[in-house]
Amino acid sequence: MSAEAHSGDYYIPNPSPWPIIGMVSLLVTLMGAALAMNGVGFGTYLVIGGLLLFAYLLYGWFRDVIGENLSDCYNKQVDTSFRMGMFWFIASEVFFFLSFFGALYYIRVIALPWLGGEGYLGPTNEFLYGGAFVPDWPSAGPAELGGGFTPMGPWGIPAINTLLLLSSGATITWAHWGLKVDNQKQLVWGLVATIILGLLFVGFQAYEYIHAYSALNLTLGTGAYGSTFYMLTGFHGFHVTMGAIMLMAILGRAMKSHFSAHNHFAFEAVAWYWHFVDVVWLGLFVFVYWL
Amino acid sequence: MSTTTLSHDEAHHHDAPKGWRRWLFSTNHKDIGTLYLLFALTMLFLGGASAMLIRMELFMPGIQLVDPDLYNNLVTNHALIMIFGAVMPAAAGLANWMIPMMIGAPDMALPRMNNLSFWILPAAATMLILSFVVPFFPGGGTQINTGWTLYPPLSVQVGMSMDFLIFAIHLLGISSVLASINIIVTLLNMRAPGMALMKMPMFCWTWLVTAFLLILVVPVLAGGVTMLLFDRHFGTSFFDAAGGGDPVLFQHLFWFFGHPEVYILLLPSIGVLSHVIPAFSRKPLFGYNSMVGSMLAVATIGMVVWAHHQYTIGMSMGAVTYFMIGTIIISIPVGLMIFNFIATMWRGSMTFETPMLFAIAIVLMFTFGGLSGVMLAVVPADMQYHDSMFVVAHFHYVLMPGAVFGLFAGVFYWLPKWTGHMYDERLGKIFFWTNVIGFNITFFPQHFLGLAGMPRRIIDYNVMFTEFNVISSVGAIIFGLSHLLLLYIVIKTIRGGKKAESRSWEGAKGLEWELDSPPAFHTWTVAPQVK
Ligand code: HEM
Ligand SMILES: [Cu+2]
Repeated sequence: MSAEAHSGDYYIPNPSPWPIIGMVSLLVTLMGAALAMNGVGFGTYLVIGGLLLFAYLLYGWFRDVIGENLSDCYNKQVDTSFRMGMFWFIASEVFFFLSFFGALYYIRVIALPWLGGEGYLGPTNEFLYGGAFVPDWPSAGPAELGGGFTPMGPWGIPAINTLLLLSSGATITWAHWGLKVDNQKQLVWGLVATIILGLLFVGFQAYEYIHAYSALNLTLGTGAYGSTFYMLTGFHGFHVTMGAIMLMAILGRAMKSHFSAHNHFAFEAVAWYWHFVDVVWLGLFVFVYWL
Repeated sequence: MSTTTLSHDEAHHHDAPKGWRRWLFSTNHKDIGTLYLLFALTMLFLGGASAMLIRMELFMPGIQLVDPDLYNNLVTNHALIMIFGAVMPAAAGLANWMIPMMIGAPDMALPRMNNLSFWILPAAATMLILSFVVPFFPGGGTQINTGWTLYPPLSVQVGMSMDFLIFAIHLLGISSVLASINIIVTLLNMRAPGMALMKMPMFCWTWLVTAFLLILVVPVLAGGVTMLLFDRHFGTSFFDAAGGGDPVLFQHLFWFFGHPEVYILLLPSIGVLSHVIPAFSRKPLFGYNSMVGSMLAVATIGMVVWAHHQYTIGMSMGAVTYFMIGTIIISIPVGLMIFNFIATMWRGSMTFETPMLFAIAIVLMFTFGGLSGVMLAVVPADMQYHDSMFVVAHFHYVLMPGAVFGLFAGVFYWLPKWTGHMYDERLGKIFFWTNVIGFNITFFPQHFLGLAGMPRRIIDYNVMFTEFNVISSVGAIIFGLSHLLLLYIVIKTIRGGKKAESRSWEGAKGLEWELDSPPAFHTWTVAPQVK
C-alpha cells in the first residue's frame, strides 16, 4: 500500500517491541533501586543495566517515530494527537511539582505554626519543647535536625540562574522564529545557545549544591527546610537536565534538516517542555529562595 | 541519531499478526483491551484470595491462621490489588475496546504508547507481589502493616518491602497517566465527523472525566510516596515533626489523590450503566445533559473535599466544617445521576438480562452505600464511625456495586460483541444472584459491627462481635466462590455459544453495534459520518 493512497488515513503503527522493552527496563531499574537502597549489593548493577536498557529504548523508539515521520506516515490528525499528548503529559508534570509546592506550603503555613503552639495547640510547644521552639522559616524543626545551617539566599547564584533560564526561553523562541521562516541557521544557533544556557544552569546548580553541603551545612537532612529545598530544586534540576538532552536530540535533527516550517512537532514539544521547566523555576525562585 | 525509513508495505497490517508477537508487541486497541481485561481478571482472583484469607481469619475471635503483621499486609494488598490491579485495569480494558468503536475511530490515538501503558501493569504487579514475598526471606524486613493508605510514621519504619511497594505505585501511576493521556487524546481528536462532544456516548464522557481526574491526582500520589521514600532512606523530614514536617502532610497528599480516586473507580461504571439501562429499558437515556453536568460537578467538587477521611486528626474547626459541607454537597450530583437512571427505566419496556440485573442492583445498593457515606460525612458522627467496620461496609457498598458490578454489567453487555457468542443467560443469572446475595451477607453485618465499635484493620476482636463476623465470613465464601462461575461463563463464551448478531441486544444503540460481532481486527478504517 503506497503512502500516497494512505495519506488521508490515520497512521496505526506496526506491532512494536519497544513497549515490552520499556516494561522490562523499568522493572529492572526499580527492582534494583529497591534492593540497592536496602544495602543489597547487586541492586546497583540492576539499576545500571535497567537504565542502559531504558536509554536504548528511548533511542530505538524515537528512531522509529522519526523514521515514520520522514516517510510521511503522519497526517495532520496524527500531529494533533502528538500535540495534545504532550500537552497533557506536561499537565501531569505540573501536578507532580504541585505536590512538592503543596508540601512546602503546608509545612510553612500549617505544620510549623502548629509545632510552635498556635491556637489550641499551645501546650504542644510548652510541654514538648519548654516553649522554646520558634517556628520561623527557614526551620529544621524543633529538634534542629542536621545541626545549625545557613539558608540559601536568592540574590547570588539563584538570581543568575533565573537570568540564564529566562534568556534560554528567549533563545528557543528565537530559534522557533527561525524555523517558521525556514531559516536553518537561526534555528541551529538558537538551539545551541539554549543548550549552552541550560547546561550553564545545571553547572551553577551543581556548584550551589556543593557550596551548600560544604560551606552552609545545608543538607537533605536539614529538617523541613533542607527536605523541601533539595527535593524541589533537585527535581527541577533533573527536569532541566532531561530538557537539555531533549534539546540536543532536537539540535541533531535540526542539523540534519528534519524540520520544516510546517512539520516540526518534536521541536515544539521540546520547546513547550523547556518553557514549563522555566515557569517551574520562577515558582522555585519566589517560594524556595526568596520568600 | 540515525534513522530508518520504513518501506511502505511494512507500514500497514490488515490481519492480526500471529503468535506471541501479536500480544506482546500489540498496537491494536482490541487486543490491548483484551490484555487489560485478562490481567484484571487475574488480579481479581489474587485480590480475592487475600480477602478470603482475611475473612477466614476473622471467622472467629482470636488469632488462627496468620500473624498480625501478615494479616495487615493482606489487608494492604487486598486493597491495592483490587483498586489498581482489578478495577482500574478492567475499566481501562473496557475503554480500550469500546471507545474507538463507539466514536468511529480506527484505533486509540497513540497505539504504541497504549501498549506501554498496559505492559507496565504486569511489572507493577510483580513489584507488588515482591513486596509481599520479600519479608519471608532472611533479611527481608517487616511486612507492610500500614493498610493501603501507607500512613507514616509506620510506613517509614516498615522494612524494604515498602520500597518495592512505593516503586509499584510509581509504575501504576505511570501506567494510569499514559493511559489517560491516550484516552483524552482519542476522545478529543479521533471522533468521527459529526460527533460533537455533546453527542458522544456517555461511556466516553465518563472516561473523559475519569482520565482528566487521573492526570491531575495520580502525580500527587507519586510525589507523596516519593517524599516517603526520601524520608525512609535519605534523611529528609517531610513527615517527621522533629524536623518541622508533619505525618499529617502525607495524609493530605494521599487523600488529595484518594478521594478523586473513588470517582475514578466509580465513573466508568456509571458510563456502562448509561448504556445498559437504556438498552434494556428500550428508551433513550434520561437527561443526557444533566448527566454530563453532574459528572463534571462531581469531579470538580470531588477534588476539594479530600479531608473527610481525616476528620479525627485535629484539623481546625473551620477546615472540618468546610470539608463536611463540601462532602455532603457532592451527594447532590451523585443523587441526580441515580435519579436519571431511575427515570430512564420509568415506563420503559424493561427486560432483565444479566447486565440489567446488575444495573438495577447498582442503583439500589450504590444508593445505600451513598447514604452511609452521608452519615460518615457528618463530622460528629464520624468521630464514632471512623476506622471502624462501618467504614469498611460503606466503601464496599459503594465500590462493589459502584465499580465492580458496573464492570460486570459491561462485560456481560459487550461479551457478545467481543467474542461473537452469546453468554449462557441462565448461568449469568445464577452468577448474578449468588454474587449479589453473597455480597450482601458479607458486608451488611459489617455496618452493625462498626456501629457496635469493632475497629477495622485489627486481626482479633472482642467475643461479642462473633456472630456477625461468622455471618460475614460465610457470606464471603458464597461471594468468593461465585466468581469461579464468572470465570467459567467467560471461558465458555469465548469458546462457543449461540452466534451473536451485530446488534446483540434489541435495544442497543450506538456505532459499536453496527460492526460485526466479533468485529474485524481493524474497524472504522474509514470514519462513519454521524448525523
Ligand atoms: C455520597 C457520596 C459519598 C460520601 C458522602 C462519602 C463519604 C465518605 C467518608 C466521610 C469517608 C471517611 C470515613 C472514615 O474514614 O471515617 C468515606 C470513606 C470511603 N469512601 Fe466514601 N463517600 C461517598 C461515596 C463514595 C464512593 C462513590 C466511593 C467509591 C466508589 C467511596 C469510597 C470510599 C472508600 C474506599 C472509603 C474508605 C477509604 C479508607 O479509609 O480506606 N465513597 N466516604
Ligand atoms: Cu472520600
